Formats: sequence, structure tokens, C-alpha cells
Amino acid sequence: MSSSTEAATKASWYKRNEIAATPWLFLIPGVAMFLLYVIFPIFQSINVSFYDWDGLGEAQWVGMGNYEELYWDDAFYVSLRNNLIWLVLYLLAIPAGLFIALFLNQTVTGIRLYKSLFFFPFVISQVVVGLVFTWFYDPTFGLLNQFLAVFGIDPINVLGDERFVTYGIIAAGIWPQTAYCMILYLTGLNAVDPEQIEAARLDGAKGWKMLWHIIVPQLKPATFIAFVVTIIGALRSFDLISIMTNGGPFGESRVLSFYMFEVALSEYGFRMGYGASIAVVLFLIMLCFITYFLWSMYKDEKGGR
Amino acid sequence: MFHKTKSVLATLAATAALTTGAFAGSHAKLSGDLVIFSDMSNPAPRAVMEGMVERFGEMHPDLNIELTVIDREAYKTQIRNFLTANAPDVANWYAANRMRPYVDAGLFEDISDVWEDPELADLASTKGAMTLDGKQWGVPYTYYQWGVYYRKDIYEELGLNEPATFEEMKSNCQTILDSGRKCYTIGTKFLWTAGGWFDYLNMRTNGYDYHAKLTGGEIPWTDEGVAKTFANWRELIDMGAFIDNHTAYSWQESLPFIVSGEAAAILKGNFAVPPLREAGLDDSKLDFYQFPSINPDVELAEDAPTDTFHIPSGAKNKEAAKAFLKFVVSAENQTLINNGDNLGQLPVNAKSSVDDDKFLKEGFEMLSSNSPGGVAQFFDRDAPAEMAKVAMEGFQEFMVKPDNLDKIIDRLDRAAQRIYK
Repeated sequence: MSSSTEAATKASWYKRNEIAATPWLFLIPGVAMFLLYVIFPIFQSINVSFYDWDGLGEAQWVGMGNYEELYWDDAFYVSLRNNLIWLVLYLLAIPAGLFIALFLNQTVTGIRLYKSLFFFPFVISQVVVGLVFTWFYDPTFGLLNQFLAVFGIDPINVLGDERFVTYGIIAAGIWPQTAYCMILYLTGLNAVDPEQIEAARLDGAKGWKMLWHIIVPQLKPATFIAFVVTIIGALRSFDLISIMTNGGPFGESRVLSFYMFEVALSEYGFRMGYGASIAVVLFLIMLCFITYFLWSMYKDEKGGR
Repeated sequence: MFHKTKSVLATLAATAALTTGAFAGSHAKLSGDLVIFSDMSNPAPRAVMEGMVERFGEMHPDLNIELTVIDREAYKTQIRNFLTANAPDVANWYAANRMRPYVDAGLFEDISDVWEDPELADLASTKGAMTLDGKQWGVPYTYYQWGVYYRKDIYEELGLNEPATFEEMKSNCQTILDSGRKCYTIGTKFLWTAGGWFDYLNMRTNGYDYHAKLTGGEIPWTDEGVAKTFANWRELIDMGAFIDNHTAYSWQESLPFIVSGEAAAILKGNFAVPPLREAGLDDSKLDFYQFPSINPDVELAEDAPTDTFHIPSGAKNKEAAKAFLKFVVSAENQTLINNGDNLGQLPVNAKSSVDDDKFLKEGFEMLSSNSPGGVAQFFDRDAPAEMAKVAMEGFQEFMVKPDNLDKIIDRLDRAAQRIYK
């Protein structure tokens, strides 16, 4: 008896705490990478945003100077406004994806082919999507204006007119995003409980009522993911802008991420501090969503227990 | 993106090359590695660069030359990284203020001693563009003229002559407009094309010195002279001289309008000639004239952007690098690389000969004898990068919405006060 307790105290620290320590050991590589490449740069960016720095010479402390300049910067507000337009309009991809998914959720010969055709825009690169839409919108030779001309409508310079440009790019972005939401909903629809539908049908539900009260609630997990990826997609809307307009005309199609790139990293930029301050603002906006997502996930998990 | 050409040339051809390549420094024995980073990634410039490396290698058989060609656009951002982290011995860049960030950060080597070489006296015309703070920071290897490239056949059809004054330019334009065409094609999607128009209108309205002071931050954008320039520009805009929807096009995408005859001319650098020729405009249809005078009191001045070679301060084989720079600017090499089969541009060495090409001859003539006011680089090379960006965006907006001029000037003035402080 006494010898066995002695053995237990002699056992190594690891042996005694094996159950508690092992998960952490497995987590260490991931956590270390995450700290190094995600968490640390966040604080670094926040730090840089207090300096005036061209990336080469000495950084000069300017305190809130960059933020003060942002406050007076018209281009910043244009970008911020465009970001909000993106966030709101991009969400249209979710209902659009849902309806295409409902439409495709049937057993007809060759439905797999149709599904993959609808999914196609998500597979091709955003750069290609951007180019295709640029040609589509071309004021002289583009398909859109050739089409409008049939009805006697004067050509619209979608990408060259500051009133339409952001909407034009969003339309291009929604095309692949809809496909993505559609796939999410198609998998979600597989998990819909047929018995509930049967029961609802017996109770006389059909059409919109059936959709809204029976199907959509069961698709909640898919909707949540679609919402998350669409919000993130809207905030990342960089490649399309870069390809289609390069932020123009006169900066009217910029969003915060593109403005940050222009200020800090493009050919005419290299104001690292100012770019970092834009990044911080963008981060704060994202933080609202991230907090909401984490909070709702936490609530779900707690409810599940 | 990276294309590596490793030229290890140790051949007996060296003797042959030595006899033809007579220039200072060629007799020095060079050895070790010479690392060159180049942005000459388009097909013709790339061949030129590879050719130069080969010929230089033949002269110095003990030298191991390593050439890395980087995509021209990507180079503009990569140069910052490699100059600080992994400096080559020779690197491409651009003249004038475009060098400023690297000169200020101490990343380019001061090569004033190379310029003291008597052979470089023949480069006097571009020395100013290579000088910052009284020292030289690199050597030029090519430059090209800007001007108006126009459809000769359309001008002949309408009975027009090359304009010499702004009045003639406008009356020509009116005739062209009346015939159902536009006077000028332009694509402002990437902004800098509008900078070319501003350069010329401002240099013709206020002169070269004024323009240099404006881009150098010594004259505020609220100055009366700037307002005059914009007023002249506005006359053209209000006439409808420029093609519609130019904000949607890059300069390449704006070329079809002149090719199809929907627009009669384009203000552009000589690099527009090869694509226009390829599109079918031969010398009977395409011609060139110098941007006409606006204010008779100011001397004519031109834009002639210069491309350059530099030695990073972190270079390891500076002796070989300096020899390479001298080789690049030598009269013979300049004649060869700038001829119509290669770059098709103007040689920087006064002793080299210009290729027998209509546009090159006219451009050389113009720059050497009809540009007494001076030679500017280009708006985005003369002004600091940040200022250039804000200003060119303003020019684009002005071309679409001339009524916003006051707001634009306000914005430029605020930016200038921050940038030039």
C-alpha cells in the first residue's frame, strides 16, 4: 500500500496530468501558428497605425494622427459607404441561392449536370468573373449595351460612371456567391425531415407557408454558414474591384480593403501607418460580426447541452 | 513570375568582342558574380536585356552574370523587398523623383564617380533626370518622346494641317467633331494617361519651370497658373474633344478608336506606335506632331520618360556593376538596343545614331532642337508618388465632371500640404 502511493508521487508530472495536458500538446503547433500569423500581426498593425512610416526609413510616432487624417479624408468615407452597400446587397446572394437550391432540389434526369452548371461560377476564378463582367459592361462593344440598344436605350457606362460602378461590381460578385449559397442549401435540403413535411402537408400547409414555417427553420445551420461566408465575402471584395475598375472612376468604387492596399502597398502608396489605420477600422467592423458569430455559436452550444 | 536566365559565358569569343567593344573599363579584369534584376519583361525589351548580358559576358569571360527578369508591374512593388533584403548588383528603375524613396532610404548607390568619366559627358541631356541632391544615382538606357499621334488620312480628308497653336488645335478639332468623329482617344482607367494631358497643357500654359515647381511642391495647386491650365483643358472637354466613357478603358483599350477612325488622334508616348502599326496603321495613315504652343511667351518643353539602371547600395560586386552601367550607356550599345528591331526608342548617348524610323527621327529632332524649355519625365515621375496618385485621380474626375474643379483643387491643395511638408 505504502509502496504504491510512493510510486504515484514518483510518477512524472506528465503522467499525473496526462489527460489534461495531452490535448494542449496537440494544440500547440496550431496555436503557435495562429498566434504568430494571426494574433501577433493584429497587434503589430494596430501599433503601426500610430506611426508615419514608408516601409523603408525610420518610423515616426504620430499618435492618433493617422486616424485624425482618416476623419477628414473624403476617400475614406466613400470606401466606407461602398463597404456598407456591399454588405447589404451581397446578402441578396442568400435568398437567391435558396431559391435556386429549391428549384434544383428535384429528381430529374441529368439534375447533377444542371447542379454543376449552376455551381460553375463559383469554381472559376474571381479574376475571370471580373474580366467577363468587364467585357459584358463595355460601353461600346459590351453585350449589355448591345442588348439595351435593341430597346433603343442609350449605352450605360456601368464601370465608368460613379453612380453605377459599385452596383455593377456587386452584381458580378453576387453571381459566384449565389452559387456558393446554393450548394450550402442543397446539402441542407438533404437533411430536411420528410416526416415533418408530411405532417405539415396533412395540416394543410403549402407554398410560402410551408417554405417559411417548415423548410427554412430546418435550414438554419445552412443559413448561418451562408450568412457568415457572405459577410466575409463582402468585406473581402478586393479582387473584383482590382480587376474591374482598379478603384475608379476617381476612387468611387473603392472599399476599405482596396483603399488600404492602395495607400500602403500599391505603386503610388507606401504609407504603411495610414494603411494600417484603415486596416484597424476594417478590423473593428469585422469584429462586430465576429463577436456576433461567436456569441451565437456559444449560445447554440450551451443550448445543445 | 520569375524567369531565370543563367548566362555563364566563358568563351573564346571574348577576344572578338574586345576588339569591337571599345569603351572605358572594358580592359579592367572583372571576375566573380554579377547579379542583375530587370523589369524588362515584355518580349522586345527582354531580348534586349538578354542580348546585353550576353555581349557583356563575352567581354568579361571570368564574370559569372546572373540575370533575373521580373514582370514589369510586379517589379514596382518587389523592388522594395529585394533592395532591403537581397540586393542585386544592378537593378532597373525610373528617373527623377521616382528614385527619391530609395535615394532617401540610402538603398541606391551614389555613382557620381561613374558620371565623371569623360565618356558619360555625351549623356548630358539626361544628367538632370538622374540627379537628386546634387549627386547621380543611376544611368539611363532609353527614353522616348511624347506627342500627338494622329490619323494622317483623316486630316487629309478634312483638309487639316498639323496645328502649331492652340487656336488651330481647337479649330481642327471642331472640324473633326463636325465630321462625326472625336478628336482624341484616351483611356483613363489607370489614371496616368490624364497626367500626360495635364503635363502638356500645364507646360504649354505656364512653362517648364512652373511645371517643375508645381510638381516639386513649390507652387500651390490653388495658384492662378493652375487655374489657367484647367481652363484651357476645359475648353477641349466642353467641345467634346475626348471620346466618351474613357474612364472604362485602359490606354490599350482606347487604341481601337483611333484604329477604326472614330477618333482622330491620341496624345501618347512612342510606345503606342508598335501596337498601332500592328493594327494596320502604316506610315501613310499615322503621323506625329509636337503638342502645339498655347502661351507664346513660354518655351516649348516635352515629356520624355527615361528608364534607368541603378546600383543598390547593398550590391556585392560594385566594380563589375559600374562597368556594366558604362557598357549600357556606351554609344555603340545605345545605337544597337534602341533601334527599331529592339526597343524602338531613343538612345541616351549623343554619339549614337537614331534608327531610320519616321517617328524616332521626328522625336529625336523634336527633343534635341525644339524643346528649349526643358525635358520633363512624366507627371507620376516628377511628382512624388502619393501626390501623383491624388492629382491624377483629380484629373480623371475633372475630365468627367469639370464642374467639380473647385472641390478637386481643394483636395489637391490639402494633399500637397501634407505631402510636401
